[in-house]
Amino acid sequence: MTALHGVRIGPVGLRFRLRPLVVPLVALALTVFAVALSIRLGDFPMSVGDVLRVLAGAGDATEQYIVFDLRLPRTLTGLLIGAAFGVAGAITQAISRNPLASPDILGVTPGASAGAVGVIVLASGFGGVASVAGAIGLPVAALIGGLVSAALVYVLAWRRGVDGYRLVLVGIGVQAFMLNLTYWLLTIGDVSQAGQALVWITGSLDARSWADLVPVAVALAVFLPLALVGAHVLGALQFDDDTVRNLGARVELSRFALILIAVMLAAIATAAAGPVFFVALATPQIAQRLAGTARPPLVASAVIGALLVSVSDLVARTAFPIELPVGVVTAVLGAPYLMFLIIRKRREVRA
Amino acid sequence: MGALARRRRRRIVGLLVLLGLAALACLASIAIGSKPIALDAVWHGLTAPTDTENDIIVRSLRIPRTELALLAGAALGVAGALIQGHTRNPLADPGLLGVTSGAAFAVVVGIFAFGLTSLYGYVWLAFLGAVLTTGLVFLLGAAGRGGPTPLTLALAGAAVSALMVGLISAMAVIDQQSLEAFRFWRVGAVAGRDPVIIGQVLPFLAVGLVLALANAPGLNALSLGEDVARSIGQHVLRTRVLGLVAITLLTGGAVAACGPIGFVGLVVPHVARYVTGPDHRWLLPYAGLIGAVLLLVADIIGRVIAWPGELQVGIVLALIGAPVFVAIVRRKRLVRL
Repeated sequence: MTALHGVRIGPVGLRFRLRPLVVPLVALALTVFAVALSIRLGDFPMSVGDVLRVLAGAGDATEQYIVFDLRLPRTLTGLLIGAAFGVAGAITQAISRNPLASPDILGVTPGASAGAVGVIVLASGFGGVASVAGAIGLPVAALIGGLVSAALVYVLAWRRGVDGYRLVLVGIGVQAFMLNLTYWLLTIGDVSQAGQALVWITGSLDARSWADLVPVAVALAVFLPLALVGAHVLGALQFDDDTVRNLGARVELSRFALILIAVMLAAIATAAAGPVFFVALATPQIAQRLAGTARPPLVASAVIGALLVSVSDLVARTAFPIELPVGVVTAVLGAPYLMFLIIRKRREVRA
Repeated sequence: MGALARRRRRRIVGLLVLLGLAALACLASIAIGSKPIALDAVWHGLTAPTDTENDIIVRSLRIPRTELALLAGAALGVAGALIQGHTRNPLADPGLLGVTSGAAFAVVVGIFAFGLTSLYGYVWLAFLGAVLTTGLVFLLGAAGRGGPTPLTLALAGAAVSALMVGLISAMAVIDQQSLEAFRFWRVGAVAGRDPVIIGQVLPFLAVGLVLALANAPGLNALSLGEDVARSIGQHVLRTRVLGLVAITLLTGGAVAACGPIGFVGLVVPHVARYVTGPDHRWLLPYAGLIGAVLLLVADIIGRVIAWPGELQVGIVLALIGAPVFVAIVRRKRLVRL
């Protein structure tokens, strides 16, 4: 296991474990590298010097356009939604004490999918519905769908307080409803709409602009610090409710605040890029295993989420003859890595 | 002892009531459909079939469909109870170990790479995919000397499923033909499956059910914790493997015939547990019967609700079943795993 390390500066002594600090730092360095590569590479490859020149304001109009209007907003959007999904997943797993939980269970992503696919399918045809659906637009429809369905989960799970177990069960019900609504909507449109909808529900960063980036950036700026403040409560919330009360934590309020944070982060990230598959589920588990902590660590989850999505989008954009949605690659990259970690951890224990 | 005997009697009565409900649902499923057929004509088709249109509808459409709903519902209910018992996770559904996504993956590969379009072909591919994927998940979850634990199995299953779903999305995004076939297979239906398909999956489902019931006492012991189970003479690994084989046969068979029907295996065990508590010897039969009734009723509703069209049973299950499930969760005291 990880050893304790100590620092002593005059009268102030600090003891800490090294791995939980090193893991996010290494992941951050890798993320920066992935972002830099992602700005360089594409149908119009650039050298490092080119990129730096364009970033400094030089370069011709085409280069300016490619860097500032195409690659930079897309890459940064990927980075930020990865972080948002990572934190949302870590909070959800800690609160529900369940490694299989993700914001799906809070209703956010299934609701957002139903909203977005509804708009895609209904936007052509169906008379009056079409104009309304078209006017709302995808991100707003997804945001509304996600928030409504999350509110539904919380309200339905409320019976003199929200019990973690009941929250999970109600979440299962709402998720099943929304998912099957989505599958059904997929069968009533024509096949090109179904294709468009499938790309959206897999999660895609194609053609994301600054307008998609800004809400995610604001959400992270507001909620990530709040989540870190509330993080110490997560430790207490891992126990069952009676224990938590005896420990003196204000259970309901803290839990509500943390769920709200997870919901907002996941909903806004989903509105920007779709429910990028597997990130919110796998990232906290990967972070927890790498950092060697007892529950999913928030900062490490954020950074590793950002890393996973950044690398995946780079691969999705450049590795194949045609561009794939990023959600395909997050699963294909993330799943084997998580499996590797599970196996390696057990080998260590044996040794 | 009196209380114990009373509880036992109540459980037996409950089972009989469920059996009666299942029989009623079967009859209703044969009698009700897009084409209204009078009850005496239905009876005629059942007992003394001639080649009238009504008789043909009853015998070649409604009876196979009813049989399949009954079988698949029972299989998924039992498989759900098994997987939740083995993983001790209320979020576990029979697809957790990759059965469903493996089946779906194999079907999409069949469409994508070989242009397969017939339901007969899907059955074998889906079953093969289900078995191979579960095997992979088990190997991953069991890697290392600790053997398979619920947590590593669940995580390995989630990871492998995610991988499969990612690859399915990739194929469906690239190839419109695959998407077109897949989006209709994906919703899950019991309509349009003929007796040949039922014959193909029936042996697997039957063996799966027997193995599941044989697994019940061992699973009860395991829920005391592996160490306790070992100390009272349980062979932990054998019990786990037996359970996994049963889950794979039951779920693989059901998915191969109907496509992924998700809600039954996840929710039915929770409902059954309210009645029986955690004793798997009772829980499994209850889950099977409730699953069968649920699937039959959902299929009937699907025929009526969009008349003269039909809504696929998988959709009906979730859209009507989910609110009912939430209501139950809110009302009752929860029986934890």
